[in-house]
Amino acid sequence: MRDGESAVTKLKAAQRAIIEWMRLRLSSSQRANNAPSRVPRSAVSWGYVFGSATFVVLLLELVTGLCLALVYAPSADNAWQSLLYLNYQQPLGWYLRALHYWGSNFLLALMIIHLVQVFVLGAYKYPRELTWIGGVLLLLLMLAMALTGEVLRFDQEAYWDLAIGFALAGRTPIIGGYLVHFLMGGPIIAGATLARMFTMHVLILPAVILGLTGLHLLLVYRLGISEWPMPGRLVRRETYLSNYRATLDREGEPLIPTGLRKDLIFAALIVLGLIVTAAIMGPKGPNGAPNPSIIQTRPHPDFFFLWMEALMGLLPAWLDTPFALIVLPILLLGLFALPLISPTGERHILRRPLSMVIAIIVFAVLITTTWLGTYDPWSPDMNAWSATPIPIAYLKGRTPLELQGAILIQAKQCRNCHSLGGSGGMRGPRLDTTATRLTRNELIRQILQGGGNMPGYGKALRPAEVDAIVAFLMTMHPTNEPPARNSARPAVTGG
Amino acid sequence: MIESSEIGPNDPSPAESSRRGFLLRAGILLNALALAALAIPIVGYLLGPLKRGVFLKWISLGPIGTFPENQTRLAIYTNPFRQPWDGTTAEIPCWVRRLNGNSFQVFAINCSHLGCPVRWFPEAELFMCPCHGGTFHSDGERAAGPPPRSLYQYPYKVESGELWVKAGEMPVMRLPKA
Repeated sequence: MRDGESAVTKLKAAQRAIIEWMRLRLSSSQRANNAPSRVPRSAVSWGYVFGSATFVVLLLELVTGLCLALVYAPSADNAWQSLLYLNYQQPLGWYLRALHYWGSNFLLALMIIHLVQVFVLGAYKYPRELTWIGGVLLLLLMLAMALTGEVLRFDQEAYWDLAIGFALAGRTPIIGGYLVHFLMGGPIIAGATLARMFTMHVLILPAVILGLTGLHLLLVYRLGISEWPMPGRLVRRETYLSNYRATLDREGEPLIPTGLRKDLIFAALIVLGLIVTAAIMGPKGPNGAPNPSIIQTRPHPDFFFLWMEALMGLLPAWLDTPFALIVLPILLLGLFALPLISPTGERHILRRPLSMVIAIIVFAVLITTTWLGTYDPWSPDMNAWSATPIPIAYLKGRTPLELQGAILIQAKQCRNCHSLGGSGGMRGPRLDTTATRLTRNELIRQILQGGGNMPGYGKALRPAEVDAIVAFLMTMHPTNEPPARNSARPAVTGG
Repeated sequence: MIESSEIGPNDPSPAESSRRGFLLRAGILLNALALAALAIPIVGYLLGPLKRGVFLKWISLGPIGTFPENQTRLAIYTNPFRQPWDGTTAEIPCWVRRLNGNSFQVFAINCSHLGCPVRWFPEAELFMCPCHGGTFHSDGERAAGPPPRSLYQYPYKVESGELWVKAGEMPVMRLPKA
C-alpha cells in the first residue's frame, strides 16, 4: 500500500513539475516575462541574425506559394502541363517558380545554420528548452515541405522519388503494405497520391508551421535572447533568470531599434541574394512527364535529401531498413531531447567537448554524403556501354583476340559499372589498371562467378568470349608496371 | 450541514450545485458521444484506401505472339483501377519473359531494393537497376547488389491466345496478402 501511495505522490509531483515547467515558459504572468523589450548587448551580434532571416524567407515562401497555388493544377493528369504553362506562358510564372524553389533552399540552409548557431552557443539550455524543441520540429516540418514540394513538381523524377519513398515505407514490418496504400491513397502512385501531397504541402504543413513559428517567436520574446556564452559562466536553474535580468539592467539594449539593426541588414541581403539567384538560375524542372512507362530515368532527390540517397546507396544492404526505420528516428529523438539531456552547465563550445565531437561527426557525414550524392558513384551509368567508347590508346597495337575482348566489354554492358579512361559507371572498380590487381585466373573467376557487387557472367558468356575479355583486361596495366601474377605458385600456373 | 454564512448570495444551494454538476457531466458525455460519432466516418473515410483484395484484376497484355520465345520484352498496361484524373501515371510497365509455348514469367518494373525501374539488357542477360546497381538474372533471381530478394512477379495465364496478368498495385516488400 505504502509503495502505491508513494508512487501516486511521485506522479503528482511529476505532474506539478511539468505544469510549472510549462507555466514558466508560456504563462502570461509577469514573473515569467524577462524584460521583453530589451536584449543583452552581447546578443546584438552578426552571429544572431539567422533566425530572423529564416522568418523573412518563410514569409517570402508563403507569398510565392500562394501565387503559385492560384495557377497550379493539383491533378495528376494536368499538374505537369500546368508547370509548363507557368514556365512558358503565365507572365513571370517562371520567376515565381524560381523564387519559390530557391527560396526553399535558402530557407533550409538558413534554418540549419540557425540550428548550428544555437547549438554552438549553447543557447538551447535553461530556460529555452522548449524554443529548441519547437525549432527542431520546424526544421523537420520544413524538410517535409521540401519533400512534398518536390512531389508537386509532378514530373518523372517526382514519380520515381515517390516510388523510392514508398518502397522504403513498404519495408516497415507488418503494417508496411497498409502504410503504403494509406500514403498513396490507392494501389498505385496516381491522382490520389498527388492530392494527398498537395493537401500536406498547401494546407496541413503550413498551418502547423505558422502555429509553431508563432510559439517559437513568443518564446524568444518571453524568455529573452540568450547572452553570448563565456567559458566558466555556468547555467544554473536557481540563478539564471535573476542573472539574466541583472545583465539586461546593467548592459541591456532596446530590442527596437538597436536589437534589430543587424537582423534587418542581413535579412535584406538574403532576400536580395534570393532575388538575384532566382533570376539567374531560373525554376527547377519540370523534367520528363510523370509517365512510369518511360523507364529511361535515373531519379535524384533534391539537394537536402542527397545524404539520405547516399546512405541508401553506400550502406550494406542489410542495414538499409534498420537505418531508415530505427537509427534515424533515434538520432532525431536525440536532437529533440538535447536540451532535456543537458539543460544546465557550460554553454561555451570549448567546454562542451562531447557536444563538439558529436556535431563534427554528424556534419562530416552529412557533408560527405551530400557531396557524394551530387555524382552518385553507386549508380550504374546505364548508357555507358553504347555511349562512351574505349580510349584509342587502349586499342593501339592490340592482338585480334584482345580487340575482340574490348568489343565484348562494350557489348556486354561492363562499362555501365566499370570506367575506362575516366568515363563509364563508377559502381565497380575502374578497369584501367585491373591487370595489376588480379591475375589471369582471378580475372576468369571474377567474371564467371562475380563477387562483391558484381553479378556472375558464367551463363551470359561463352568460354571463347571469356578468353577474349581476359586477354584484353591483361593489357590493362601501366607501361612500366607488369601485370599481377601468382607468386605463390609461379612454377605451376605460370602467372 | 453547511452553515448559512458560508453560502454567499450567488453561491448555489447544494441541490443547485449537484444539478450543475450533472449538467456539466452530461455536457461532456454528449460531446464525447458526438465526437465519437463524427470520428467513425472520418477515420473510415481516411482508411478507405486500405480495403484489400479489390486491387488485383486480370489484365490482358495482348496476343502471346507479340512475345517471342526466349526473349524478354517490355509490356505496358493501363492500371484497371485508374481514375480519369490519374493521367499517364496509370500507364504501368512490366517485363514479360517468354520461355517457350505458354510458359512465361512477368516481372514488375520496380526493383526489389527501393522501387526504381529496372532495365533488361539482353546482351548481359541481366536486369539492371539505375539507382543503386542492383542486378537480377533473366529468371528474376537476385544476381548482385543491394536488393534483398528476387524481382516481384505477377501471376499470369494464357487465355484465348492472349497473355493475362493479375495486377493492379505497386509491389512493395510487405504487401499484405490479398
